[in-house]
Amino acid sequence: MAELTSQGRLTLLKPRVFAWVQDYGVYAAVLALLLFNVLFTPHFLDASNFRTQLVQVTPIVIVSLGMALVIGTQGIDLSVGSVMALAAALVVLYLGYGWLPALVVAVVGGAVVGAAGGALVAYVGVQPIVATLALLVGVRGLANVLVPQLVEFRNPDLIALGSSSVAGIPVIVLIAAALTVVVLFVVRRTTFGRQVVAIGGNRSASELSGLPVKRVLMTVYVISGLLAALAGVLATARLQASDPTSLGLFIELSAITAVVVGGTPLTGGRIRVLSTVMGALLMQLLAATLIKHNLPQSWTQMVQAVIILAAVYATRERR
Amino acid sequence: MNREQVSRVLQQHGALMVLGALVVVGSLAFDSFATPGNAASVVVSSSFLAIIAIGMTFVIISGGIDLSVGSLFVLGGVLAAYGSQYGTPVALLLPLAACGMVGLLQGLVIARTGMAPFIVTLAGLLGVRGLMLAISDEGATTYLVEDRAFAALGQGEVLGLSYPVYITAALALAAMVLLQRTGFGQNVYAVGGNEQAAALMGVPVNRTKVQVYLLSGLLAGLAGALNAARLSSGVTILGIGLELDAIAAVVIGGTLLTGGAGGITGTVAGVLLLGVIQSLINQVGNLTSAFQQVVSGAFLAFVVVAQRLLSKAQRLT
Amino acid sequence: MRRTDLEPVLEARGISKRFPGVLALDGVSLALRPGEVHALVGENGAGKSTLIKVFTGVYRPDGGELRYQGGAAAFGTPMDAQRAGISTIYQEVNLVPMMSVARNLLLGREPRGRLGVIDTAAMYGQAERVLAGYGVQTDVRRPLRTLGVGAQQMVALARAVSVDARVVIMDEPTSSLEPREVETLFGVIRRLRETGIAVMYVSHRLDELYRVCDQVTVLRDGRLAHTGPLADLERLTLISLMLGRDLNDVRTQGLTRFSRHRPDPAPAPSGRVDAGNGRRAPVVEARELMRRHVLDGVNVSVDPGEVVGLGGLLGAGRTETAKAIVGALPLDGGQVLVAGLPLRRGSTKAAIRAGVSLLPEDRKAEGIIPTLSVRENIALAALPSLGRAGVVSEAKIDRVVEIFMRRLRIKAASPHQLVSELSGGNQQKVLLARWLAVRPKALLLDEPTRGIDVGAKAEVQALIDELAEEGLGVLLISSDLEELVEGADRILVLREGAVVGELSGDEVTEERIMATIAEQSDG
Repeated sequence: MAELTSQGRLTLLKPRVFAWVQDYGVYAAVLALLLFNVLFTPHFLDASNFRTQLVQVTPIVIVSLGMALVIGTQGIDLSVGSVMALAAALVVLYLGYGWLPALVVAVVGGAVVGAAGGALVAYVGVQPIVATLALLVGVRGLANVLVPQLVEFRNPDLIALGSSSVAGIPVIVLIAAALTVVVLFVVRRTTFGRQVVAIGGNRSASELSGLPVKRVLMTVYVISGLLAALAGVLATARLQASDPTSLGLFIELSAITAVVVGGTPLTGGRIRVLSTVMGALLMQLLAATLIKHNLPQSWTQMVQAVIILAAVYATRERR
Repeated sequence: MNREQVSRVLQQHGALMVLGALVVVGSLAFDSFATPGNAASVVVSSSFLAIIAIGMTFVIISGGIDLSVGSLFVLGGVLAAYGSQYGTPVALLLPLAACGMVGLLQGLVIARTGMAPFIVTLAGLLGVRGLMLAISDEGATTYLVEDRAFAALGQGEVLGLSYPVYITAALALAAMVLLQRTGFGQNVYAVGGNEQAAALMGVPVNRTKVQVYLLSGLLAGLAGALNAARLSSGVTILGIGLELDAIAAVVIGGTLLTGGAGGITGTVAGVLLLGVIQSLINQVGNLTSAFQQVVSGAFLAFVVVAQRLLSKAQRLT
Repeated sequence: MRRTDLEPVLEARGISKRFPGVLALDGVSLALRPGEVHALVGENGAGKSTLIKVFTGVYRPDGGELRYQGGAAAFGTPMDAQRAGISTIYQEVNLVPMMSVARNLLLGREPRGRLGVIDTAAMYGQAERVLAGYGVQTDVRRPLRTLGVGAQQMVALARAVSVDARVVIMDEPTSSLEPREVETLFGVIRRLRETGIAVMYVSHRLDELYRVCDQVTVLRDGRLAHTGPLADLERLTLISLMLGRDLNDVRTQGLTRFSRHRPDPAPAPSGRVDAGNGRRAPVVEARELMRRHVLDGVNVSVDPGEVVGLGGLLGAGRTETAKAIVGALPLDGGQVLVAGLPLRRGSTKAAIRAGVSLLPEDRKAEGIIPTLSVRENIALAALPSLGRAGVVSEAKIDRVVEIFMRRLRIKAASPHQLVSELSGGNQQKVLLARWLAVRPKALLLDEPTRGIDVGAKAEVQALIDELAEEGLGVLLISSDLEELVEGADRILVLREGAVVGELSGDEVTEERIMATIAEQSDG
């Protein structure tokens, strides 16, 4: 294409193409992949297959919602996987008091971890990557101390949370959808949401405009911890076992990937909630497609690597 | 000494001091701690992480980060084990060439496109793991090290310490000289300290960036190869999360994640500190290795907060 | 002392440089001869920094010729210029703060020992020797940043000169030096002059220029306003050249949109009358603002409906005063009162809540949020009041945005257009709208019309008038003397971080401002 178009037209065209790719690329890719599967993958449209894919991607979606907020402030949260593990540990420890109190304890635990990270970032001024790295290491350890090995549980309510469906749609998928709507609302319609984006876009201007910069930063990390904990509880409910050793391992990478592939720039100032969910779906669908077509897992990871680079390159070009 | 000097010394040598204190406390508290056997086991098990962390130190001082080292470590091990059927030179050169190539590529992308090192090496982490799985039948094939000479590189002992310890020590010394006494080392500090000023002072910024990622890749590959020699096989499930351990060790060692300051001594102290914490927790008996993670994480948090406060203290003078 | 007989070592011949929408340099010529200290002066936007960047290889000129050592020169990069012997010392020390003093000084030229390895002992020795000649006596192993700014600057200077420099360009070298350090610097400059090195000296401190410079070149609006020996030039003439005001022809009727006949809201010289005798208290009052090297006991007060101008040259402390008032600049001492109540120090939020807001000088870095739309940028500061329970009311925002977009005539494709896509003038109006939406009692406007087109400028000026008439207190900072004189009811003149004069009533003239600036500070 570059050879065919004249120089002048190309320079005009290029930013627009990049802008389009950045805005709609992830939707187009998901659609293309769906179309490909409908045409070439046997049994792809089976409800059970569909459901499996959605259930699998749910924790990543929930965690990415929080990650998108954090990245919107130019931050990053590496602790989310460990928070999931901590939530898994807390939920079985407190299951004796009933599933709801246990869930509340787990979510509060996640929020506390988020607050710790947020305090380090907002008030002490530690870089987000190190602050949350310390939590990644320490909180996973804490979860393992609390629950040293895999514990199966029999609480019927918690199991139901993980396995029941409403109108054929798994409850946990509905919860993820509801959370997406909530986060979308927060980002688009609340004072807080606007402040998050403004701080990520220009911190000193936000300070001069009297925004509560530190408090907003802190809150963002608390939300991320809260969502990660919720994802941990839901994943535990589905597994019918608490597994702090391996639950949520590397989910921070998947979540960052989802956010980045969705076109939210790592440089902050923009948050694309729906695109982030699409990013998570895209990566899931991609892995499923490759596996269904007998391409090994190694391919999935290499293709993922290429997609991450391409997505970031595209967002970079626009600024 | 004034406050600024104290804070500077603490920042640079804090890890070493804490390490010393821990060793003393450990020796007093546990009879089985200060034994040659235990010391040897801490040092040996730390050596592979140390090699990776040395490379990471260069990257972080230059203002970057390298998340791909864990994957490169595994790839290096698998390639070394695979290559050992053709003799020791191949067993060493194959992983070095492959991992060096990956590091070089990452460095080029980072330097040329200006993309964030975090993302480029995150893609590297995934891509390299994919590559490793691809050459090991999705991790199902574990190549065994048949070559005796190569295996000896990882298993041979002198004075109760295995060869990798000596190799690590030699590498650490070489890295110190490289960082403190060569133009390349000065460039690394300058690029991480103030990229714009460095460019104005005539430092080849892009070339320096490429070099640090190349070096990091090479060292990760070498660590993987030595580990394969020690284990006599190219294990495909190791190295997960190793990049985070390496970053933690470097940061604990006093190297600033913002770049421009730090050193090899601190990194080695940081690695040993993580090892000693683990060893002490093992001594306590009924504590699991999970406690080690809690302590490491808490310690890392403590270190970053302390560093932040120390650098504030230095700026106020 | 004058060496006009010598061939210039560095020469600009009719240099032009164009940026999108601006002609930054328009046929500027300047000759720098060996062994001369040449002052380069001009206000913001005069083209000084562009010219320096052309000399140092950062920019390539669009027209004209750059000559160096008798031949045509084209520097592709700063490194090329530096290798050729043109060294620059920037206002912000451009070294690596965390590296040691010695390593900074000798980076790339470290003495080598055996095996080509850096000989640290020799390096430290060499660094100590070199720096002693610059009055820097310190442990050269220390990180550079632990040195005072003055000493850091000396290290930068030493480094620059030791790279076989033939030309040294100094950009505001004394802005953060102690008096003692300034003396050392002048000693070094004199030594450079004796060794035949050409020095280009950029500064706004007139006392210094007259002490150390031989020649002067004045730039204004990208053009050459004057070049010649400095000693021949009267201080007042120099200022009038810089500010572009003809001394004999200071017009009575200006070109700005300020109406000169606004009823005077403050009959007496304001600020010094206390609230007790029937007058309203000043809406903002700053007392004894202190900050090392920056502010030296500044007192400012603004009454409701009054426009107070802050005059002074660049670097006199005008921006810093405004920032200190809204709590965006940490202070060593002093107090700010809004409507008689003391403000919590260091909290911009408290200042805004009390009713004082700052329109910052640097629109890009401190004003707009580039990733957000016009609408969201306008609503930003007022968000908490534009909704209920943390949920924003789109209708309320729409109303506010519509009102201000119409009132300020903000030209945007739609309220949803990205603010970064607007022209400078419209961006400025968006920021004004942001502040008006919070209904402030006082506005601090730092260079509100800089870098915006003529039409928008007139509109902004008319708006300032209008706001003052409605009772808003305004602190106006402007390098445009005409704007200041016609816009302000009263003018405080700052020099080197202190108020050196107050002009009100008939005294508010361009001539008086210039005369106040020109008074010798050392008395």
